[in-house]
Amino acid sequence: MGLENLFLGFQQALTYQNLFYATVGIMLGTIIGVLPGLGGANGVAILLPLTLRMPPTSAIILLTSIYWGALFGGAITSVLFNIPGEPWSVATTFDGYPLARQGKSGQALTGAFTSSFVGALFATVLITLFAPLLADVALRFGPPEIFAIQFLTFSAFVGLGGGNPLKTVVSIMIGFILATVGLDIVTGQLRMTFGITGLMQGFDFIIAVIGLFGIGEIMLSVEEGLTFKGVQSKMNLRVVLDTWQILPRYWRTFVRSCLIGFWMGFKPGGATPASFMSYSFAKRFSKNPQQFGKGELEGVVAPETAAHAAGVAAILPMITLGIPGSPTAAVMLGGLIIWGLQPGPLLFTEKPDFVWGLIASMYTGNVLGVLIVLAFVPFFAAILRIPFAMLTPLIVVLCAIGSYAVHNSMLDIWYMLIFGAVGYVFKKLDYPLAPLVLALVLGDMAENALRQSLIMSQGSLTIFVDRPIAGVITAVALLFFLMPIIGPWWRRLRGLPIAAPTPREI
Amino acid sequence: MRAADYITAFVLMALGGIVLVDAMRLGIGWGTDGPRSGFFPFWLALIMIVTCAVIFVQTFWRGSREVFVTREQLGPVLKVILPAAAMALLTHFVGLYVAAALYTGSYMRWVGRHSWVSVVAVALAISVISFLIFELWFLVPMPKGPVESWLGY
Repeated sequence: MGLENLFLGFQQALTYQNLFYATVGIMLGTIIGVLPGLGGANGVAILLPLTLRMPPTSAIILLTSIYWGALFGGAITSVLFNIPGEPWSVATTFDGYPLARQGKSGQALTGAFTSSFVGALFATVLITLFAPLLADVALRFGPPEIFAIQFLTFSAFVGLGGGNPLKTVVSIMIGFILATVGLDIVTGQLRMTFGITGLMQGFDFIIAVIGLFGIGEIMLSVEEGLTFKGVQSKMNLRVVLDTWQILPRYWRTFVRSCLIGFWMGFKPGGATPASFMSYSFAKRFSKNPQQFGKGELEGVVAPETAAHAAGVAAILPMITLGIPGSPTAAVMLGGLIIWGLQPGPLLFTEKPDFVWGLIASMYTGNVLGVLIVLAFVPFFAAILRIPFAMLTPLIVVLCAIGSYAVHNSMLDIWYMLIFGAVGYVFKKLDYPLAPLVLALVLGDMAENALRQSLIMSQGSLTIFVDRPIAGVITAVALLFFLMPIIGPWWRRLRGLPIAAPTPREI
Repeated sequence: MRAADYITAFVLMALGGIVLVDAMRLGIGWGTDGPRSGFFPFWLALIMIVTCAVIFVQTFWRGSREVFVTREQLGPVLKVILPAAAMALLTHFVGLYVAAALYTGSYMRWVGRHSWVSVVAVALAISVISFLIFELWFLVPMPKGPVESWLGY
C-alpha cells in the first residue's frame, strides 16, 4: 500500500515546477546555512510569506528544500572556516577544519555531504515506512492522548535537552503564556491584553522565530567581532571519486550514526545531541581514537550522518502527530496552517497527494542537494567573504520584511526587535529558545486538548493515567521530567563520574 | 552573569504575577462548560513563578561569576539594534525600502568604513532587489512612502 502512494508522491515531486522549487530552495537554504545569524528556522520563517500564493505541495517542497540546504550549508562553514553555521555542525568542526588545514578540504567536504546524504536517505526511508503506521495509530487519539503527547514533547526538552532543566521549564511556560495572549476562542474573552489594542492580535510565533533566532543571533555574532579566516576549498571530480572509494570503509559508523540520528531526531531537540553522541561513539569504537580531533575523516562522517538523519526525522512527528520535532519543523507546521491544511494524522487520508508529495520530495530534494552542494562549494564559500558590515544590515532588513509580511503589520517589526533583544539575553543566560517557540506554536492545541480532556473526566487529572495509551505516554513523560534528578543520583549510586554538562540544542 | 540572572528571574516573576492577576479576573475554576479562561494561564504562571524562585536561589549558590557583557562587546551589539530600531521608526514615515537603504548605507559607512561608492551602490541594490522580489515577483506588499508613490507604486 505504501509503494503506490509513494509513486503518486513522485508524480508530484518530479514535475518541472516542483523540481525548480526544490533547486531554488536548496540554493537559498545552503546560503542561509552558510550565513551566520540566518539558520534554518528563521530562514524558513522569513520566506514563509512568499509561499502564500503557491499550491501547498510546491510551497512545502520549497520550504523543506530550504531546510535540507541549511543542513548542508552548516557543513561548509564548519570545514572551511571552523565556524559552525548551525549548532549541529559544531562536532563537524572537530575533524573537518584540521582536514582542511592539511589541504584535504575537498575530502572533508565530500565526506560531509555524502554522510549527510546517507543519513537523510536513511531517515527518509524510515519515514516512508513508519509515517503511515504512526498516522494510523494517531487517528485513534483523543484529547487526553494528544495532551499526553504534548506533555512528552516538552518533557523531552527538560530531560534530554541539556543545560539547566529549570530554565527549560521557564522557557516552555513563557511560550505557553505568550500563546494565551489575545482572544480565547473557546469563551470569546480577551486574555492578558489589559485593554492594549496591540496585544489583541496575540503573538505570532513566526515573528518570535525571526526575532529570537534571527536578530538575537546577529547580536550574538557581532559581539564576538566577525572575522572569517577561511581555507580555500579544493574541489574537483577526482577528489570526490577518491573520497567515495574510502567512505565504504566506515560503513559501521554510517549505520550507527544513522540509528542514533533517527532515534534522537524524532524526539524534539535531537539534531545537536545526536551529532555529539555519534561523534563520541565513533571515537570510542575507532581503531585509532587518538587521530580524532586531528583530521580523521570518520570524525566528519559520524556527526554529519547523525545530524541529517535527526534533521529529517524531525519531520515525522510533524506530519503524523501535528507536533514538530524542531523549531524549523514548527515553522513548517505553521505554514501548513496558513495554507489551510490541518496538520496531523488526517493529512494522510484527506490530503494524500500533499503528504506523499512531501515524502517523495525528501528523496528528490536530498539527491539534488548533494549534487548542488558538491558542484557549487566555491560559490557558497565565497559568500562568507562578503564583508560583515554589508551582511549584517542585509539580514536585519530581510528579517524586518519577513516579519511585516506575515500580517502586514508594522507592530510586528517592533515585536521582532523586542524578541531579538530577549533572544540575545536568553541565549547568554542559557534559557533555551527552541522549547519557547514550540510552546508558542502548540499553545492553543495543548490548551484545547487539556480543556476537552478535563471536560471528559469532569475535572479529574486521572484521565491522563487511566487510559492505556495516554497512561504510557504520561509515564514516559514523567520519567523524562525526573531525568535531571534521577540521572546524577543513579550515577553516584553506581560510582560513575558526573556527566559533563551537555550543550544546548539551539 | 549573576546580576543578569537575578534581574531576568525577577522580571519573569513580575510578569508571571501580572498573568496571575489577569487569570484570577477571568476565573481559574470550573465554568458552566469546563475550565474557565483563566485556568490554563493561572497554572502556567504559577509554575513559572515557582521555577524562577528556585533559579533565583540556585543563582545565589552557584551563579556564574563571568561578566554578562563587556563594554567592548556591548558597543557592536548596540550599533546593530539601535539603528535597526531607528529603521523601524523611519519605516512609518518613508516606507520600508527607503528606510532599509538608509539603514544599510549608514551601517556600512559607520561600522564597516566602506567607500561612499560601495555604500550607495549596495544600499540601493538591496532596496531595489528586495522591491523587485517581494513587491513585483511574489506580490507581498511592504509599507511604502512618498518615494514609492512618486515612482507610481
